[in-house]
Amino acid sequence: MSETILDVRGLQSEFRIGGKWYPAVRDFTLAVAANETVALVGESGSGKSVTALSILNLLPAVGARIARGSVRFGQQELVGLPERALARLRGDAIAMIFQEPMTSLNPTMTVGDQIAEVIQIHRGATRQAALAEALRLLEEVRIPAARRRLHDYPHQFSGGMRQRVMIAMALACRPKLLLADEPTTALDVTIQAQVLALLNELKASYGMSVLFITHNLGVVAQTADRVAVMYAGEIVECAPVDELFARPTHPYTEALLRAMPRVDRDSEALEPISGQVPAITRMPTGCAFAARCPLREPECDRHPELLALAADSDHYLRCRVRAREEAAA
Amino acid sequence: MAILATLRRNKLSWLGIALIVLIVAVAVAAPLLAPYDPLKQNIIHRLEPPSAQFLLGTDTYGRDVLSRMIYGTRISLLVGFVAVVVAMCVGSAIGILAGYIGGLFDQIVIGVVDVMLAFPTLLLGLLIAAMLGASLENLIIAIAITEMAPFARVARAPTISLKEREFVTAGRALGFSPLRIMGVHILPNMASDVVVLGSLWMASAIRTEASLSFIGLGVQPPTATWGGMIREGFENILTAWWLAIFPSLAILVTVLALNILGDALRDAIDPKLRSENAA
Repeated sequence: MSETILDVRGLQSEFRIGGKWYPAVRDFTLAVAANETVALVGESGSGKSVTALSILNLLPAVGARIARGSVRFGQQELVGLPERALARLRGDAIAMIFQEPMTSLNPTMTVGDQIAEVIQIHRGATRQAALAEALRLLEEVRIPAARRRLHDYPHQFSGGMRQRVMIAMALACRPKLLLADEPTTALDVTIQAQVLALLNELKASYGMSVLFITHNLGVVAQTADRVAVMYAGEIVECAPVDELFARPTHPYTEALLRAMPRVDRDSEALEPISGQVPAITRMPTGCAFAARCPLREPECDRHPELLALAADSDHYLRCRVRAREEAAA
Repeated sequence: MAILATLRRNKLSWLGIALIVLIVAVAVAAPLLAPYDPLKQNIIHRLEPPSAQFLLGTDTYGRDVLSRMIYGTRISLLVGFVAVVVAMCVGSAIGILAGYIGGLFDQIVIGVVDVMLAFPTLLLGLLIAAMLGASLENLIIAIAITEMAPFARVARAPTISLKEREFVTAGRALGFSPLRIMGVHILPNMASDVVVLGSLWMASAIRTEASLSFIGLGVQPPTATWGGMIREGFENILTAWWLAIFPSLAILVTVLALNILGDALRDAIDPKLRSENAA
């Protein structure tokens, strides 16, 4: 295994609701290697975005906190790092792109100036040099007639084009790690495919690691090397992408795959997962998925841990029932 | 260009702009336009009604009312403009800071702002002017302080909503400092609101200046100010109506023009109207 770029261990992020702290992300442990794309999958409210924001310590200053855990970027510990040092890393070594291209750009600045701003701050470049670099980046993310569009405002761009501008801003300082928070969710399907292809290509040419957050398993299959499935703030299963699709082991992962439309399978209907994600104020003490799980047993009342299926396996699972079955097999 | 196009559609706004241009021109060219020295006393021509020689009459010292009004324009515009710019800068900085930082700091600031807003502008200005003493600088400071509160309020509200917008989070994720986010990314998104408020409150600043001068806490005589002229004319209102009426009309026209301009600016700068024009 190559060099580890991001190493998150035992991360717990909490929000304050009615004067009490409730964890939105619990016992989150995940490593991302150099040049690797790890997908973080889960339904809305499973804590994916909170995890990404926690890595950069971008949680709201009031009413949210990282309660415990460690986030190592290369050799550097990010939890507890002073804001000034974190700001130097953000946009430089670690960049993030967001879901909503319509609102992620400042409506009062031209796209060229917005990209140039990042380069000016982190590289100390002059405005001229930064604008020239911004033009190169716009061409790299395939904005047609980039030279003319450099001085256009965001409202003159379509959603897909804006997302390309966001990507150009994120890549401006050649980050080692890109946190992509549902970057294609708000785009229509054809644009989504183009943007994904662009991201894959840029990832290869820039040599980045990517933490790709999505709820779309189709996107996962196209982009990821490894997949971590999140449920109610926890990773419930983590495996290389082929392994996960071929051999989903956690009942939640199985259910997710059954709920996904596929052309290569002749299924009659999609199966929705009954029930709902428990609210973070009423998290059960045992397995969080137990209430919706067809395999539920009395032992599920004790909280399961994330364990490897076998001693040398890179397939991790948080389910007592399935772990026992696997061990017996 | 787009702003001009919007202005062109609104006929009334041209009246406001024309009046403002005229008033500013009068202030700038005062020495050229004034037929007499505004301070020159002339006992022989005391309290003369408007005539061919003195177009707007003379006051108790025989000074030419028209000349004094022309020079008074300078004081009114200077005080109004500088006071509003100071109030606008300091007030919106406080508002943005309060909105962005939030928490206890925000609570304290908004508490103070609410108290200031509840205080009548004139009374607060009177209090501060009386404490500082009557002079041009102190008058500007007093008016600026009384007008900070509305700017703080108007800047704070959009800051609270803007800081939750994704481009602010994106800015933080790109390593922008809080100062940069507030100044470069939040401020321009509300600049139009603040500027519109500025032109409206400049009208109020000119009224306050006149009121304070009327009470005697403004710029001291013999300097010609509209408020001061009204006070002097007030004593002879029954025998020499022209002394108070003409400066009052000057204030009325200036305040009206600024209000029209403010409304026109608001329509013109509104980004939705602008994109409509661009399309």
